[in-house]
Parts: sequence; structure tokens; C-alpha cells
Amino acid sequence: MHNIQREYKVGLPIAYIVLIVLSVLWLFPIFWIVLTSFRGEGGAFVPYIIPKTFVLDNYKTLLFNTSGNYPFVRWFWNTLFVAAISCVLSTFITIGMAYSLSRLRFKFRKPFLKTALVLNMFPGFMSMIAIYYILKALNLTESLLALILVYASGAALGFYIAKGFFDTIPMELDESAMIDGANKWDVFTKITLPLSKPIIVYTALMAFMGPWMDFLFAKVILGDKVEKYTVAIGLYTMMTKNTANSLFVAFTAGCVLIAIPITLVFIFMQRFYVEGITSGSVKG
Amino acid sequence: MLKNKENQPSMSFLDLFQKGDIATKLSFVIMGAANFANRQILKGLIFLVSEAGFFYWLFRSGLHSLGMLSTLGIRAQGLVYNKKLGIRVLQKGDNSMLLLLFAIVAILVCILFVYLYIVNLRSARHLYELKAAGKPLPGMRKDVRSLLDERFHVTLMTVPLLGILFFTILPLLYMISIAFTNYDHNHLPPKNLFGWVGFRNFGNILTGKMSGTFFPVLGWTLIWAVLATVTCFFFGILLALLINTKGVRFKPMWRTIFVVTMAVPQFVSLLIMRNLLNSSGPLNTLMINWGWIDKPIPFLTDPMLARVTVILVNMWIGIPATMLVSTGILQNLPQDQMEAARIDGANAVQVFRHITFPQILFVMMPSLIQQFVGNINNFNVIFLLTGGGPTNSNFYGAGSTDLLVTWLYSLTVNTLDYNLASVIGILIFILSAVFSLMAYTRTNSFKEA
Repeated sequence: MHNIQREYKVGLPIAYIVLIVLSVLWLFPIFWIVLTSFRGEGGAFVPYIIPKTFVLDNYKTLLFNTSGNYPFVRWFWNTLFVAAISCVLSTFITIGMAYSLSRLRFKFRKPFLKTALVLNMFPGFMSMIAIYYILKALNLTESLLALILVYASGAALGFYIAKGFFDTIPMELDESAMIDGANKWDVFTKITLPLSKPIIVYTALMAFMGPWMDFLFAKVILGDKVEKYTVAIGLYTMMTKNTANSLFVAFTAGCVLIAIPITLVFIFMQRFYVEGITSGSVKG
Repeated sequence: MLKNKENQPSMSFLDLFQKGDIATKLSFVIMGAANFANRQILKGLIFLVSEAGFFYWLFRSGLHSLGMLSTLGIRAQGLVYNKKLGIRVLQKGDNSMLLLLFAIVAILVCILFVYLYIVNLRSARHLYELKAAGKPLPGMRKDVRSLLDERFHVTLMTVPLLGILFFTILPLLYMISIAFTNYDHNHLPPKNLFGWVGFRNFGNILTGKMSGTFFPVLGWTLIWAVLATVTCFFFGILLALLINTKGVRFKPMWRTIFVVTMAVPQFVSLLIMRNLLNSSGPLNTLMINWGWIDKPIPFLTDPMLARVTVILVNMWIGIPATMLVSTGILQNLPQDQMEAARIDGANAVQVFRHITFPQILFVMMPSLIQQFVGNINNFNVIFLLTGGGPTNSNFYGAGSTDLLVTWLYSLTVNTLDYNLASVIGILIFILSAVFSLMAYTRTNSFKEA
């Protein structure tokens, strides 16, 4: 016992020091971006960290789109629209697929599970160009609908974590319900779904975040149609054009505006993230 | 009914044709005939309409598309002498790219139709067998209801499967085919046609001119994937343990600090990092002001340093994720072993090395291999941070930090060598497949399948 107590007395201050150092390292970039977004002096880089003057102009520039070519508010609504719809569709699709492949028994189940594995191994955007031409043939390029279509159909192969979750629900529950006369639809809606809150929230969360984060598909599909851009490509193009220097402070304001809501949602939902990952994919 | 199926195998379609009544025989030519004869109007109509639609499509455009597959177009766009007018006029020309795409769609449609045809015959056989056994025939109502019971999987999976077919399988088949053509910056349709070249592109990358770029990039991809995975995993666990240390207060607060960086969208955090590490960026300025260094450190512009930077920044992004997940695992680990070890006099390092770490490793092994495959394909970190740069004059279209995936991207977007990009894609697939198979054969969700 004596040994253990001494160990903690030595360890604790070190633990605190390491944690504080790491926290500073981790938060510094975020701290810097928030400070920069209020910086009164323009330009990309200034030789100091703390701004000389604090203003709200950068946010005004961004929100009222004074420079004309960077309709941030429009981008925001576009992304919200795409994220909300593909969140609902993807969640239905992923949960439906995962449930079928975990709880139902049918002829093509095993071959399909193997095929899905193989399909998942191709780098996603290897097919990007082909998808672009398919959407073009459907006359859908440069539209938000195309994005929703791509995200939702992509969800059909992302069922593995949810399937792992459903696998852990005891089969006896289904069987006893079936003996009581329930059909499979009843079992799905009245027994499995109510038990699956963590995985449904996890799936929905990931599906909602996807469109906020993705810019590769969005960029290829939306092309040069600036008013259809999502926030990710919008902010990215602000930094790659020759306006990068003059727009830098406005860009940082945009980063803050986007990061805050997503961060809050994520912090709020992290319990489901951990439950989803650990109960889904990891059970050894 | 299920048992019945297992005990006596169904008759062959040939038997069915010989024994069946006229409606059943007619089903071999006119899909849905047997269903109509037995009052399954809706089912019959679905079969009939799809057959009519298929043949209409086949003669309108399907046959043409299939025929073009062998050559991928013969008429190049250009000026052609027109005898009637006596001048040269612009000929529209074939577009190899679209011809290839349509041909693959045509093949998929044909396969779908053959499948539907077999379903139709099965349905006719089922009706015949029910009749022969003197059982009542299922009406439309019962059929529809079975979609919520015995055939519930059909209800849940049909739409997603169509999505997979047209937005995953079709594009993949298309891109795989491209790997066997000469679709590069010299053969861009519609101005130029491209055609089949067989395995020439593979030879070019593995042994030919491109091998000088391919193998160094492959090597760096593997080094990157190993280092990125191992560093994030190891330090993530250490961080989780550190926060979990007995006596450390405000545990949720510490966790939240690190989770914040995980929640910030990657395009934001990585673009910020790129600016932060710029040679005239704040980090260099700060260190010069403090007198630590004389001239800016080229974090992202020196080839070697850029690689180190990429791995370090990836740790900044990846460690919190591992921390979060391994915290979940740590809290579920049985405590008695650790207590016993401590009472036996083991110190913290020993407990970690022999008890905690092996258990976490065991639980996280599958997801670790998944992360490794994910890192082989980690587009975001490289693309947003360095864009593959600094450019390397020895490489074709790739920079020093380019992974195979980002090289693939620049081959399609910058140099327009679609055929090389497709070959790279296939090679990445093979690489990922080897590691993924290792992972999935170890996970429960696969074993139970």
C-alpha cells in the first residue's frame, strides 16, 4: 500500500504538467484562428499573435458578402440543406442495410457481405470521374440533388459498424416476439429500433457531418457553380485564389463560424460516438 | 414451406417447360404469363412491362452501345470532305468515353434483365408446384404482406442496392476498364478517340517510365501509413491513461479539450495548420522574435521536413480520436487483474506493458488495421496540408509528400492521364485488400456472417 501511495504523489504533478503542455499545443491553433478572426489589421500574416485591434468587420465582410464572390451565407444554407436531407436518407439506408444483413437470413447474404468488403476497398474517388459523367447523363451536375444522391448511395456500403451493433442484440428477443405472433416488420420497429439508439444517433451524426467535411466529391460535382458550393469548398477556394492574402481574415471568421456549431454538436454527442465505435466495430 | 423447399429440390426449368401448362410454357417467351393466368395481375404486369421496356431499349440503343464496346468509336472529330457540298465540314465524331460508359450500362442492364427473367421463371415454377400440391395460390395481398415478413430484406435493401449498382459498381467497372485503354492527355475525347491497349499501362507503371515515380511514392505511402497509425494509436492510449490517472481532477474537462480538435472539420483545421506552419506564418515569426532561430524553418517546403510535419500534424488530428475510443475501452476493462498486479508490487509501467496494453491491443486490433488502410487512403491530410508538395523534379506529376491516392488525384485533375490513374487505383485496391482481409477475418461481425 505504501508503495502505491508514493507512486501517486510523484506522478500527479507530472501528469498535470504534461496535460497542461499538451492542452496548450492542442488548443494553440484554434486559439490563434479565433484571435485572427477578430483581427483589425488585414493580410495573411502579421509578426505577432495577439491582434493590435479587435473588430467584427471580418464577420461582417463574410456575412454580408461585400466582396461579392463569396456568398458565405448561401454556402451555409446549401450545406445545411444537403447535410439534413442526406442525414435522414443515409440513416434509413445504413440502418436498413445493417439490420437486414445482421438479423435477417436470405440467400445472398454471405456473398453480399463479401462483395461489400471488396467494394469498400477501392479508393472512394477512383470512381469520381465516372460518377461525374453518370450525373451529367442524368442532367444533375452542378446541383445539390446530385450531392445528396452520391452521399446517400454511398451510405449503402457503410453498414459494417451498425451491423456489428445489431449483432450484439440477443436473437432470443426476436424469436420470442415471433412466437407471440409478430412479423419481421414488427420486430424491427418495435423491438430492435428502440434498443438501437446509440447506433442510430452515431449513424445520423456521421451522416450529418459528412457533407460539412467533404469537399472532394462536392468540388468535382459542383464545378464552378459558386452559388451552389458547400461551405467546405467555398472556404477552400477563398484560400486558393489570388485573393488568399486579402481574404485571409474573412476566411478565419468563416472557419470559426463553421467550427463552433459542429464542435458543439460533436461534444454533445461524443457519448454516442464512443458507444457506436466500441460496440460496433471493436467487439473482439 | 421452408422445410419443404429443403427436402425436395425444385424441378429444373427444362422439366417445367415440358410438364407445364400453356401459360407456364408461355412464361418462357412472354414474362409474367403464368402470373396473369393465375390472377397475380400486379406481378404479371411488372414482368411484362419490364420485358417490353428491355426490348424497346435494346433495339433503340442497347445493341448499338454493346457493338461499340470493341472499338470504342471509329469516327474521330474533325473536318471531313463532303462530296455533296464540295467542302470539308465538321464531323461530330464518336466520344470513346461516353461509348464505354454506355456499353457498361448496357451490360449491367442485360444482367439485370436476365436476373428478372429467372425470377419470372421461378415464379411460374412456384405457381406450378403449388398447384400440383393442391395448395392455395398466394394472392396479391399476401404477396405484398410478405414484403414485411419473409421477404422483409427485399423491402429494406432494394433501393440501397440500386444505389450501389449505379454509384459504386458502375463507376468502378468504368474506371477499371479505363486502366486498359490509352485514355491520357494525348487521347482526350471528343477531339481524339481512345482504344484498348491491354496491360500496357500496368507495364508502364511497374517496370516502365512510371516506375521511377511509382515505387518511391508507394514506399512513402507505406511508411506514412505505418507511422501515422502507430503514433496515433500509441500516444492516444497514453493520453487516455494519463487523463484516467487516479487523482487527476476535472477528467471530463481534459477530455473535452482534446475532443475539440477532433470535432473541428478537417478542412478547417488543416488549412489553419498550413497557414500556421507557413515560412512567414505565426509559428516561425514567433520563434524568430524569441530569438530561437535565425531564419524561418521550411516546415512544408523542405522534402524531408515536410514529411515529418505531415506525420506530426496527423498526430494532432488523430490522437484525440484514439484517446476517446480507448477511454471507452479502459473504463470497461476488468479492474481485478490490475489491482492484483499492483498488490504484487508491479509499477505503473509494468501494469501498462503486461496488462492494460495487451488488452487494449486485442480489442482494437481490427479497427487498427482499418485505420492503417484508412491511412493508405488518407487524402485529406496530405492534400490540404501540403497539396503533395514540395514538388519533386524526379517524379512525374507527384510531389515529395504525395501518397498514391493524392498522386491518383493529380494524375486525373492536373495531367489528365486517366489510364495511369486507374492503374494506380487498382494497385491501391490490391494493397488495401490484403490488409483489410487480415482485419475482417479477425472481427466478430465477419465471423458470424
